[in-house]
Amino acid sequence: MKPMLNIALPKGRLGEKVYAMFETAGFPCPAIRENNRKLVFENEEAGVRYFWVKPSDVAIYVERGAADIGVAGKDILLEYEPDIFELLDLKIGKCRMAVAAKKDFRDDAGRTLRVATKFSNIAENYYLSCGRDIDIIHLNGSIEIAPILGLSDVIVDIVETGTTLRENNLVVIDTVVPISARLIANKSSYKFKGEAIDRIVSEMAKQVEESV
Amino acid sequence: MTQPLRDIGESILFSLRSLYGLHGYSHYKMNKFEEYDLYARNKDFLISDSVITFTDGNGKLLALKPDVTLSIVKNSKDRSDTLEKLYYNENVYRMSKGSRHFKEIMQVGLECIGKVDDYCIYEVLTLAQKSLDAISRNHVLSVSHLGILSEVMEKIAVPDGSRAAVLHLIGEKNLHELGSLLAGLGVCDEGIALLRRLLSIRGRTDEVLKTTGELLRGVVSDDTMTRFTSVLSALASEENLHIDFSVVGDIHYYNGFVFKGFVEGIPTSLLSGGEYNMLMKKMGRSSEAIGFAVYLDMIEQYIRKPEKYDVDVVLLYDDTSSLPQIGNEVQRLTDGGESVLSGSVLPEQIKYRKLMKMRNGRVDIIETDA
Repeated sequence: MKPMLNIALPKGRLGEKVYAMFETAGFPCPAIRENNRKLVFENEEAGVRYFWVKPSDVAIYVERGAADIGVAGKDILLEYEPDIFELLDLKIGKCRMAVAAKKDFRDDAGRTLRVATKFSNIAENYYLSCGRDIDIIHLNGSIEIAPILGLSDVIVDIVETGTTLRENNLVVIDTVVPISARLIANKSSYKFKGEAIDRIVSEMAKQVEESV
Repeated sequence: MTQPLRDIGESILFSLRSLYGLHGYSHYKMNKFEEYDLYARNKDFLISDSVITFTDGNGKLLALKPDVTLSIVKNSKDRSDTLEKLYYNENVYRMSKGSRHFKEIMQVGLECIGKVDDYCIYEVLTLAQKSLDAISRNHVLSVSHLGILSEVMEKIAVPDGSRAAVLHLIGEKNLHELGSLLAGLGVCDEGIALLRRLLSIRGRTDEVLKTTGELLRGVVSDDTMTRFTSVLSALASEENLHIDFSVVGDIHYYNGFVFKGFVEGIPTSLLSGGEYNMLMKKMGRSSEAIGFAVYLDMIEQYIRKPEKYDVDVVLLYDDTSSLPQIGNEVQRLTDGGESVLSGSVLPEQIKYRKLMKMRNGRVDIIETDA
C-alpha cells in the first residue's frame, strides 16, 4: 500500500487557499470541498490525507509527527520555535508583526516598557535585539484595549490592514517582522517521505513564482 | 501473553550495551550529581538550558546531570597519543519543551576521546547505524560535516557574527530566508547559489559524494573533502545513509562530522552525535573526540504499543477455597505462561483476558476479553 502523506491545513479562508494550491500541485481530495463537519479527508489514490486543525496548532501537529507536512503562519513558527523544516514561503496570508501604541505615545527609554501581546516570545526576542528593558503582559485576545486602558504602553500584534488599530486610535510605530504562510515538514517524515514532500514543494514553488 | 513489566527500552539498552562492549568500549559509570559550574560554563552545549540544582552540605552548588558528555570529557585523560573508548547508560534530567516540566530521560551513548583518526570516525558512524538498526530496520542516519559548512561560509564571506543565524536557517532547510539573509550580508549570488545547491543535494551516497565533490572543488580544502569522502564511501547501506547538510550543530562545540538518526514512526531524531573538538578546546583539552547519544525515552513513547490487557487472568477466590488450592491454581496458570492477578475482589478498571472464579477449590471461567 502506498504510504499516505498526512497534511495539516489551517482551518479558515487561508486553509482553503492552501488546499487549492495542493490540488493544483497534483494532490487533490475532492471530498474536502463537500460542505460538512468532517475534519479528516483522504484520497488513497493521490496518497494524501488532509485534516483541518486550528491554525495555531498546525506546527504542533507537524513537530509531533501527527502530520508529515502542514501550512503555518510565520508568526506561529517564531512564537513556538518548533523543531521542523520550513520548506517554502507560500507568500499568501501576508501581514506583519508590529509594535503599536496610542497616537500620543512617547517612548521614555528611562523606564521599563510595558508590552501587551499574545506573542510573548516574539516580543521578548525583538526587544532583546533592541536592548530594551520590557515587562511582558501576556494576553489572549483584544490586545488593542491594553494601551487604551493603561494596562500597557505598547502592543505587539499582527497587523493586516490596520483598521482595528485605527478604530482604536492606535498607530504602528515599528514593524517587527513580515508574516506569511509557510510550508513546513516534520524532520523525521522528511527522511522517509522526502520524495513526495519534495514533489509538493517544487510544484507549489512554481505556483508561488507564477503568482508573484 | 501479557507482560506488564516488559520494557522495550530495556531490551534495546541491553543490545546496545552488548554492541558497544563487543567493539571494545568500556562501561563508564558516573555520579548522579555534577558541579553546576560545569553546565553554567557550557550552557549552549546543553539541549535544554534549565538544570535542576541544589546545594550540598558543604555549600557547593550541584546539579542533576542534564548531559553526560561534559562529565566524561571533564574526567577523561587529556592525551592525544592514546584513545579512550567509553560507553554509558545514564539518566539525564531535562526540561521538556512546551510543558516546562523536568523529565528523566534514559540516555545511552558512547564517546571516543584521544587520537581520533578516520577509522575511529568510521567506527562511531557504523555503531550509530547499528544502534538504529537495533531499534528498527526502518531507520536513516543523516550525516553532515560542520567543517565543510564552516569552510563554505568562510569562502563566501559570511561574517563571523552571522554564522549561527545562517546555520539556524540551514538546519530548517529554510532556503527562502537563507537567500534573503545572505543577500543582506552582502554575499554574492554565486555564494548564495552554492549554499542553496549544497542543501538541495539528495540521492544515493556515491552520487551525492560525487556531486558534492564537484560543487565544492576549490571551495573546501582537500583534507576536509578527502576525510568526508573516504569515511562516507566506506560506510555500508545506501538507503539508510543520507548525506544531508541541514544536520547542524553549534560551531562553538562541533567541528567535523555531525549526524542524527531517525526511525520511521518517531517524529524526532533519537540519535545525535558528532565530532566535538571545539568543546575539547574550550575545556582546555588538546585531544580530539567524537561520540553520540541515543534517547531511549522516544522509543518507549512511540515504538512500544500499548498492551491490550493489564493481565491475562484475574482469579477471584473466596473463603471456601484453601490457601494451597489458590496457590496451586496460580502456579498452574503462571507455569502455562499467563500472568495472574489474584484477589477476593475485582479491581476497578482492569482489562483482563479471562476472569476466573474459584469456589470450593473449583475454577470456572466467568468472562473472557473484558
